[in-house]
Amino acid sequence: MAQAVPAEQKWWSGGKSPFNVEYGKLMMWYFLMSDAFTFGAFLISYGTIRFASNSWPDPNEVFQSFPGLGNGLPLMFVSLMTFILIISSVTMVLAVQAGHAMDKKAVVRNLVLTIIGGIAFLSCQAWEWTHLHHEGAWWGSNPFLNADGTKATTNFTNFFFTITGFHGFHVFSGVVINIIMLIMTLNNVFERKGHYLMIEKAGLYWHFVDLVWVFVFTVFYLV
Amino acid sequence: MSQEVNLHEQVGEMTTHEVHHDEHHGHHHKETFITKYVFSQDHKMIAKQFLITGMIWAIIGGLFSVLFRLQLGFPNETFPILEDILGKWAAGGKIQPEFYYALTTMHGTVLVFFVLTAGLSGTFANFLIPLQLGARDMASPFMNMLSYWFFFIASIVMISSLFVQTGPASGGWTVYPPLSALGDASEGSKIGMDLWLIAMALFVVSSLLGGLNYISTILNMRTKGMSMTRMPLTIWALFFTAVLGVLSFPVLLSGFILLLFDRHAGTSFYLSDIFLASTQKALPNEGGSAILYQHLFWFLGHPEVYIIILPTMGLVSDVMSANSRKPIFGYMAMVGSMFAIAVLAFLVWAHHMFVTGLNPFLGAFFVLLTLLIAVPSAIKVFNWLTTLWRGNLRFTPGMLFSIGFVSLFISGGLTGIFLGNSTLDIHLHDTYFVIAHFHIVMGVSAFFGMFAGIYHWFPKMYGRYLNNTLAYIHFWITLVGAYLIFWPMHYQGLAGVPRRYLDFSGWASFNQFDGLNRFISIVTIMVFAVQLLFVFNFIYSIFKGRRVTSQNPWGATTLEWTTPINPGHGNWEGEIPEVHRWAYDYGKDGRDFVPQTEPISPNESPESKH
Repeated sequence: MAQAVPAEQKWWSGGKSPFNVEYGKLMMWYFLMSDAFTFGAFLISYGTIRFASNSWPDPNEVFQSFPGLGNGLPLMFVSLMTFILIISSVTMVLAVQAGHAMDKKAVVRNLVLTIIGGIAFLSCQAWEWTHLHHEGAWWGSNPFLNADGTKATTNFTNFFFTITGFHGFHVFSGVVINIIMLIMTLNNVFERKGHYLMIEKAGLYWHFVDLVWVFVFTVFYLV
Repeated sequence: MSQEVNLHEQVGEMTTHEVHHDEHHGHHHKETFITKYVFSQDHKMIAKQFLITGMIWAIIGGLFSVLFRLQLGFPNETFPILEDILGKWAAGGKIQPEFYYALTTMHGTVLVFFVLTAGLSGTFANFLIPLQLGARDMASPFMNMLSYWFFFIASIVMISSLFVQTGPASGGWTVYPPLSALGDASEGSKIGMDLWLIAMALFVVSSLLGGLNYISTILNMRTKGMSMTRMPLTIWALFFTAVLGVLSFPVLLSGFILLLFDRHAGTSFYLSDIFLASTQKALPNEGGSAILYQHLFWFLGHPEVYIIILPTMGLVSDVMSANSRKPIFGYMAMVGSMFAIAVLAFLVWAHHMFVTGLNPFLGAFFVLLTLLIAVPSAIKVFNWLTTLWRGNLRFTPGMLFSIGFVSLFISGGLTGIFLGNSTLDIHLHDTYFVIAHFHIVMGVSAFFGMFAGIYHWFPKMYGRYLNNTLAYIHFWITLVGAYLIFWPMHYQGLAGVPRRYLDFSGWASFNQFDGLNRFISIVTIMVFAVQLLFVFNFIYSIFKGRRVTSQNPWGATTLEWTTPINPGHGNWEGEIPEVHRWAYDYGKDGRDFVPQTEPISPNESPESKH
């Protein structure tokens, strides 16, 4: 208890971090704000173009395949993808929590699960992209008709591949970061440092990528 | 509860760890030439790297303007020497149309981004943040080094675009599609445009790495006693600048990524219903919007002008207060108005787009928000003037450039009120009036602020002074020259002379300006020559300038003047000083100045109300 910070402490008067965090975490938060603006710009561009169009393809028609089960299953596969990604966020939280408790074994276990979740999500995305590509969809080509039966512009697929690709790139970076974290944990780097703050920063990034997916999922698959 | 205690324990351990780290910094490591001058992680060296790279860019960008002013001032003359230097771009001694557009485009790009963003923020944020806050270095010296090297690579890519066969980007510094999206549309839209986009993407990465560092250093690494409201205004300005950069550059990056897809992946984000004259073909692209690009561009583009001007506002405030021997007038009003400017910066971008067919109803809001910026700007101007008022002025070169900055900021700011009105903008848009406005208010005045900073902090950077006589010549010719160049452009703009035109001889109504154009071009050459004089002064003084003999040559209150004359990596030899007061105790209780490090004495008059 003697270590507790006095209530009267002046957090902003210099000589210490006003948020009681080290600079890396602060940078991560600001980076995520910055990245939110990158995604925001993409998604607002998408919204602008979509609402300026007379009609748009129906996601229930486009995304209706499931590997091994064939067609006619609207949004089933993407629901699975979303589920996987959200579960990987849960395991990430558990890894961060285990880090606070200095429980190396639990950190390793949960990081491995998170990495598996990330790779599973990327694999699903790879399958979905391949499937759409076989149907003739790609940047600059869109085989799907508008919901009202008219011929669609290519911007449905243009935005889909650009934005999900950009998100997938973020997931990929997150998996790489988590693998580095795993290696560092296994090499006892954090045990020696006496804290697992790096895992917490990686966790922030991972949750952010998940959160972005919620928006991407909503605007591309649901509406 | 126990967990909370745990966390604090951890953090407590962290700070002691950091203190040990600091002590290591105190004595010098063996440094090689490479680690000291090239891949340096010392914020002061990185600042100098940014400054010198920025100066090289400024010479290149300025030279571009001299070249296109030759064409504008002397459209009927030929300059055979240009053909010798530039080859086919100046065939027959005349600047060719394609090259003219490349020159104006690169002039804008180089000066806006490479000089007044990286060269300015990169220099002074890196140099002054740790020194004025009392930190050994930036939060992450390594990221800081990366920030410079990303800028360096961006510079190399941008320079290389000057040497490709089809020439550099030439669609204006805003690179609007469809011109910039279609390689067949012009020579400059070919490989030069790709290199431009790649260079700018690298530039955004550099700016992000730098900005994150500046923000976390300012929040986390202030020395004991340096509360936010004791920080010099320079630091506040650099803080808001960094926030603006971190939040607006990513939007530009998104816009560029979509543009790259349009160029190379057959997408139609910005393209719709296009018939291309050069190939006599209708393009298949449908459904895109060129206006979308403009929104994405100006969402950065407008904050960008504050990214340029805010740091100089901070520098000028500090230089002015120190050389008036008076506290800055209205410290909190200064901080508040910078905050207001930073917020409004994000809400006014569409005033660049009044004539794009923007809904006039929407335009009305952008008019209102734009005109609101006049309020914090005017507060700042009045505070500078009242800081000067009855001050004990010392007309050092830094002070002169600060006063020049305020003069230019007023002159250029007033025309902003004209342009911010959408009805007037219909007439003035894309005329020389706009050129005059933004060159005075953010181009030349930002340069003046930057010069004020360089003259003022050069002794701290190199332990020597710049030559004063050359500095005074530099100041007066630049100030008078800047007004002679840009003031007449207002009249041209009001008369309807459009920007970006190569030759006006086809318009009888513009013939009246032939003499004026010649005059402007001649002054441009003279002002450019004086900048070279400054560069000479800079380089000469690094090696041969008068030596600084005292720690605090300007009698300033801030912490950078408590370091040794030539500080090593780590800045302070002993302990980092503790701060006891704000940065503006000039002329207090009959004393000329009281450094920030001096404790408040019991019989001192109460701390200034700020």
